[in-house]
Amino acid sequence: MDYYLTALLQGLCFAGIALGIYISMKIFNIPDITTDGSYTLGAVVTAKMLTHGQPEYIIIPAVIAAGALAGATTGLIHTKLKINALLAGILVMTALYSVNLTLMGRSNIPLNNVSTIFTLINFSTDPNHNTFWILLVFVAVVTLIIGYLLKTDFGIAMRATGNSESMIRSLGVNTDRMKITGLALANALTALSGFLITQNQNFADINMGIGIVIVGLGSVIIAETLINWLHITSVWLSLVLVLSGAVIFQFVLALTLSIGVNPNLLKIVTAAFVLIIVAVPRLSFKSSE
Amino acid sequence: MIEIKKVHKTFNRGKANQVDAIRGVDLTINEKEFLVIVGSNGSGKTTLLNLVAGSVLPSSGSIRIDGNEVTRLQDYNRSQWIARVFQNPLSGTAPDLSILDNFRLAAIRTKAKGLSIGVNDQFKKQVKEKIATLGMGLENKIEQPMGTLSGGQRQALTLLMSVMDDCKVLLLDEPTAALDPRSAELVMRTADKLIKDFGLTAILVTHNLKDAFTYGNRIIQMAEGEIIEDLDDKKKTALKQNDLFDWFA
Repeated sequence: MDYYLTALLQGLCFAGIALGIYISMKIFNIPDITTDGSYTLGAVVTAKMLTHGQPEYIIIPAVIAAGALAGATTGLIHTKLKINALLAGILVMTALYSVNLTLMGRSNIPLNNVSTIFTLINFSTDPNHNTFWILLVFVAVVTLIIGYLLKTDFGIAMRATGNSESMIRSLGVNTDRMKITGLALANALTALSGFLITQNQNFADINMGIGIVIVGLGSVIIAETLINWLHITSVWLSLVLVLSGAVIFQFVLALTLSIGVNPNLLKIVTAAFVLIIVAVPRLSFKSSE
Repeated sequence: MIEIKKVHKTFNRGKANQVDAIRGVDLTINEKEFLVIVGSNGSGKTTLLNLVAGSVLPSSGSIRIDGNEVTRLQDYNRSQWIARVFQNPLSGTAPDLSILDNFRLAAIRTKAKGLSIGVNDQFKKQVKEKIATLGMGLENKIEQPMGTLSGGQRQALTLLMSVMDDCKVLLLDEPTAALDPRSAELVMRTADKLIKDFGLTAILVTHNLKDAFTYGNRIIQMAEGEIIEDLDDKKKTALKQNDLFDWFA
């Protein structure tokens, strides 16, 4: 049972990455893998500021700003220098490794004797339950903000930018600026995942972000499969499915561990699982044609 | 309304594949004029339209719209005067967004896209009434994604979207090229009606000589980046359809 509770908490922590990838990949149609770097950046900023005794209400905007800056950099390289988005993301992600290491000053920052967001507020005496409620409130607030944003005139223009660029330009939107804003938003959300995970696991590590983009991709692909299958058009339901995708993804990993698969094989299992959810709908559609 | 002065446009300058698409075009289009541009492939008519729209910027020369110098302005800055209908029905609308959301964006073409929710009951009612004027029965489908509609329906809606917000110039780039004859006729008739009702200045680029003959009150022919024929309303009215065919003989 422990596996699954941990998986649920992890899944909620990763909601930010899932929403970030949803925005960059599904809404803007840009494959952005700045994620690995901006996630660690969020964690590093959090750990560094916590050990310096900064309060959470200052750390949260700092983490959002750091992530947004990383995303905006990728966006600037992609739009102004006309460099392939994938390459722009790789460049920024690579550069961020040095930035993160410089900020940390060493490769690992433990947070054992520091109070975190999960010890600050008490909804329940059981620490795991307490963490769950705090995460739920946090993720709900973030989702409400993103959902509202997507409903506004600005949000509709965002969605149109990834969908029909010629149309939205003729309707008066500077698509370069819109993409930079979108990537900033996506990576700010990713950094928030770093913020939560660091405090949940009580340390920040320079290597914690390696390959983390698959968590977001997997979550979004699970959500997309469900969205297509259930013919969902509502923005709110789509966001809820993306969050569910993040949790389901962690459950599958927990299941793999609980049936005794060697943890060294976890990455190959992850890759295989993502491959299956991508491939299965295609296989079944093909046979019906 | 639109003044084009000594405009040149060269693509890939200095390379082996250099193309002089527009060679010193001077053209003044008056308010409420409906200009039709014909010409063979590669004559520069679409480039000329793109120069007006701002999706292509001129190599030299100047362009003014409604008294404003717009030569270096990007397309998204010219949207305050210009609405466009593209050749490809997919380019003028966002397929994954609902009809309603598409109309919302069109309704704020000249304004900032802010952080407030603009799709409310009053707006829905307004869109339904507008769409009902087309008589295509689409007014009850406004929550559907735009992509579920046919090309003709999408072009007709794109036309309607162009007059959702203040519009001075309407650019039509072969709007019926991808449509079957019946849809094409419906789209052209809708365009003609909107141009008259709203007193728009319009430019139609077309390969369809029947449309070129039927619509508009001025016609020009382009060849190799230059204007080689220019007929005003009187001469265009006197023109016979066969004369037009002779232009391409």
